[in-house]
Amino acid sequence: MKVGLFIPCYIDQFYPNVGIATLSLLEKLGCEVVYPQGQTCCGQPMANSGFEHLTHGCNELFVKNFQDYDYIVAPSGSCVLHIKDHLHVDGKEDAATHIRQRIYELSEFLTDVLKVNNLRAKFPHKVGIHQSCHGQRGLHLSQMTELVAAPFSKPEQLLHMVEGLELVELKRKDECCGFGGTFCVFEEAVSVKMGKDRIDDHVNNGAEYITGNDVSCLMHLEGILRRQNSNVKVLHIAEILNHE
Amino acid sequence: MNEHQHKEHSLLAADFNRNEPRVNWHDETLWWVRQKRDRMAWTLPEWEALREAASCIKHNVLGNLHDYLVEFERNAQQNGAVVHWAANAEEHNRIVLQLLREQGVKRMVKSKSMLTEECHLNPFLAENGIEVIDTDLGERIVQLAKEPPSHIVLPCIHKKKEEIGELFHEHLGTPAGNADPQFLTAAARQHLRKEFIQSRVAITGVNFAVAETGEMVVCTNEGNADMGAHLADVHIACMGIEKIIPKRHHLGVFLRLLARSATGQPITTYSSHFRKPKAGQQLHIVLVDNGRSRQLDRDDFRNSLKCIRCGACMNTCPVYRRSGGHSYHNAIAGPIGAILAPNLDMKEYADLPFASTLCGSCSNVCPVKIDIHQQLYKWRQVIVQEGHSKPAKAASMHAMNMVLSRPGLYKAAGGAGRWVMRAMPAVVNNKLNPWYKQREMPEAPKQSFADWYKKNRSK
Repeated sequence: MKVGLFIPCYIDQFYPNVGIATLSLLEKLGCEVVYPQGQTCCGQPMANSGFEHLTHGCNELFVKNFQDYDYIVAPSGSCVLHIKDHLHVDGKEDAATHIRQRIYELSEFLTDVLKVNNLRAKFPHKVGIHQSCHGQRGLHLSQMTELVAAPFSKPEQLLHMVEGLELVELKRKDECCGFGGTFCVFEEAVSVKMGKDRIDDHVNNGAEYITGNDVSCLMHLEGILRRQNSNVKVLHIAEILNHE
Repeated sequence: MNEHQHKEHSLLAADFNRNEPRVNWHDETLWWVRQKRDRMAWTLPEWEALREAASCIKHNVLGNLHDYLVEFERNAQQNGAVVHWAANAEEHNRIVLQLLREQGVKRMVKSKSMLTEECHLNPFLAENGIEVIDTDLGERIVQLAKEPPSHIVLPCIHKKKEEIGELFHEHLGTPAGNADPQFLTAAARQHLRKEFIQSRVAITGVNFAVAETGEMVVCTNEGNADMGAHLADVHIACMGIEKIIPKRHHLGVFLRLLARSATGQPITTYSSHFRKPKAGQQLHIVLVDNGRSRQLDRDDFRNSLKCIRCGACMNTCPVYRRSGGHSYHNAIAGPIGAILAPNLDMKEYADLPFASTLCGSCSNVCPVKIDIHQQLYKWRQVIVQEGHSKPAKAASMHAMNMVLSRPGLYKAAGGAGRWVMRAMPAVVNNKLNPWYKQREMPEAPKQSFADWYKKNRSK
């Protein structure tokens, strides 16, 4: 099984440790992983701002980089959802379709493809999960509180395999953190207020760490936490699952 | 038109956020309604099937709207109602004014109707010397405050009881400082009773119009639509053409969904069927298009016409709860308002589809399963294509795209950018950077993941 590792642009630039943890974890689980050099971005920042028509360059690049893999895996629900919903390239539609059907967010790849049921990981801390909306409501990584439907959570399923880790219960299980792509700057006031409220929920319930499947949300929450001089830290789920 | 014209959601929302305790209160109040909705939904194991059924029925309605409207008109006329057709808000307002002039009234009662808000009927009638008394308690409160409703189901949800006490003291003569909700409600009831008894004309909205029977169903908790319509000589019911449902038994789907979604009640206190005018009374029905046919013709946005105006998308929206209904500067606020408004005036409401994180909670609570967040995304594309984005934003998007579609440039720009952030943090850590205003920038590492991979894995 050949896995193409997709490390979204801002993770590549600002959170290389998330990429390293993702790679190490997949290697530990026996995957043959390749990181195609020359990858950049899924195109979502432009598309969500109304400029999807500009993203053909990113799309062509993405297809070129990832068409030859059995699976494409990324530590970001949001970027994966964007590719699944919007990757199209004139003349290369078969390759684009292959990618759309074979791209996975890391947690769902672990639970649904690798069918992982135990991990060699230890993290003796109280952790709150931030359910990033695109992973949750878009990729259905976990059940949504709006629906009358049986609960499940792929990230929780994995975190339960981590020795010593204690998950905290939140008052609002799946409220958006307010990052929202360019929303975080164009609607700065509401974005920050949403982030502060999410943080309060984690802090009030005793979380020492906030984890999640999207670094973008975590970057936003981390920015607020650091401004507050809080001791609470953010970690991507890969960093916890890879923590021995 | 209201005072917020030409303003933008982000600026109005920033104003709203100047008072954080108030934002917290607004957020908690509406979240409480969302939780009531959840509890009520969970009492019905068939909830998701009901939503699907409602969505399908509305799908059928939108595909056969012409036929159902003609069927409704024929049956309503047979019942003795007079049916009027209005192509737009102006025609609607003129029809209503004409009916009021025929009756020679200067004052009349109106129960809740978001359509008349959309058409700005009250200010139009005021200009023509006719005073409208809104009889829904929440609407009466915002009317006394000279404000538009901030929520389609809970019009004065942005007002605290103390503020309502002051308004009533000023306008209805209640004792100063009395903010007891029960007392204030009783005072409003006394005040409105006088209006009901005197009013010879009553306007109501319509929740559902049944094609098969020509009847209309109006849902209220206060019985104010009934009080108005039964006591008046003339009942004018104003409705958007999308309010049609094919058959009476479909109410078994919609009435179960409406109040549960809206306020977490099993059903509204009153679900009143209006079919025939009683002896000596006139019943007029005004069917209003006002852009609905245009929306019906937009494949990507047609589904928005399924809306039954429950407001669940507002209560769940984390942005709405923290920006307030008035920040949407449109009769209908929140996620549903943001997909309906650009159809009415794309330039004026170009900001609204961007007032969302696209979290998708709205689509999940919608009782008729409108793909609200996907329509928000699609409106963004349309708005940009039609040239309504700001030049600075367009320029930044083009620049970003230039970098992100060229791997060499991306690598160079990323490395240089991180170097600048480490060496000269003030370049980004300043007032001009909206991220930095209330958040620290991420720390800029010396090597990117791509650099690390090259050193550690490349063969």
